Amino acid sequence: MSDQSNLLTRDQIAACVAADLEDNWLVNLGIGMPTLIPTYIPQDRDVMFHSENGIVGMGPPPEAGEGDPDLISAGKGLVTLIPGGAYVHHTDSFAIARGGRLDCAVLGAFQVAANGDLCNWRLPHQNSGSVGGAMDIAAGAKRVFVMMTHTTREGDAKIVAERTYPLTAGHVVSKVYTDMAVISVTADGLILDAVAPRFTADDVQAVTGAPLSTGNVATIEVAA
Amino acid sequence: MKNKHAETLDDALAGVEDGATVLVGGFGGAGVPEFLIDGVCDRGVRGITLVTNNAGTGHSGLARMMESGCVAKLVCTFPWAKESFVFKELYDAGKIELEVVPQGTLAERMRTAGAGLGGFLTPTAVGTDLAEGKQVHTIDGKDYVLELPLRADVALIKAYKVDPRGNLIYHKSARNFNPIMAMAADHTVAEVTEQVAIGDLDPEIIVTAGVFVDRYFVTGPYENGRGQI
Repeated sequence: MSDQSNLLTRDQIAACVAADLEDNWLVNLGIGMPTLIPTYIPQDRDVMFHSENGIVGMGPPPEAGEGDPDLISAGKGLVTLIPGGAYVHHTDSFAIARGGRLDCAVLGAFQVAANGDLCNWRLPHQNSGSVGGAMDIAAGAKRVFVMMTHTTREGDAKIVAERTYPLTAGHVVSKVYTDMAVISVTADGLILDAVAPRFTADDVQAVTGAPLSTGNVATIEVAA
Repeated sequence: MKNKHAETLDDALAGVEDGATVLVGGFGGAGVPEFLIDGVCDRGVRGITLVTNNAGTGHSGLARMMESGCVAKLVCTFPWAKESFVFKELYDAGKIELEVVPQGTLAERMRTAGAGLGGFLTPTAVGTDLAEGKQVHTIDGKDYVLELPLRADVALIKAYKVDPRGNLIYHKSARNFNPIMAMAADHTVAEVTEQVAIGDLDPEIIVTAGVFVDRYFVTGPYENGRGQI
């Protein structure tokens, strides 16, 4: 495998995902890495963010020292409301999720299987997990994008032929954005869409637990 | 007109008894009825089934309720947060039971109870550990898990403004579970920041109609997490 220092940063992955979020989409962002995405949405593109604790039109965090403790994200951080945003209660918020109003959810993951199975709520050795809204959102969103490191800290593949971790939702992931690659999950298997600069398709395949189609692989454009 | 205004916490919480199932509103630090929670702790009730999103922070609020021995079982969505160490200690010591429920399912189970329905079918959790032992029905080729209503003896909620009929409006994302829980209990107590006169709340923007509120207790403004240590 190539040098670790060639891995994309969290912000570079976020920029990759942001480029694929389309005008007029309503998007739910999971806690952790996905919260970096809004910064990278082009100004002329109207992407609205949903936070499952009852915000449609979540804006960026307030300036330091500003903000309202009654206006927080699902990750419990202070946020703002965009002009034209709305507050809803919890069942309306999850009606948005399950009812097909989320154009996309961007979530972290422990493991993604070649059939689109998403595992992100509990580790296998734990007898319980913090599910939060992950299962509802993953089951209901029109598309689920996963944003994660390509391998575990130990170097094991997180993209696998068949999941070995507890399931969050089956057959839901459509794209995976990692620090090495962008991969589409299709009925015909995994397609390697793009690799990070200074990596090859072979480098990515070597740390991926399922076969990748590599017929038409682009290089991820990274801001200087 | 029925007097719903409780002058004291004891008066507000008169329905909270040993063994009760108690819903507590809030998500993170927003919309948590902190005075009512402290009132429950002070009453020294035992054996409560507590239904709420989080598992408490530090030693105050919900954590205090658990630490002081009020809670036999916690039903929540996100138990394993770093700040919920009081819950973890009790759980590891076998002193508290836990039921983890997906967040949308938890909300809908309470809404269903409040709406007088016998359950609902959800695509959430199909094929997962959290659907184990539950019926799965196939509707138009898609699988759904049967979830049952979650009705409680008492709901403790927080709202922004109340009028003497018990009509409520909320503040920003502090709304969260509160309007749902208000519907799902035999006895609903609202902790409110401010009381206004009849007619001062625009009927078009009332979120919870007073019919769902039995008692309310007025606190004035305070900072979320006021008792945090």
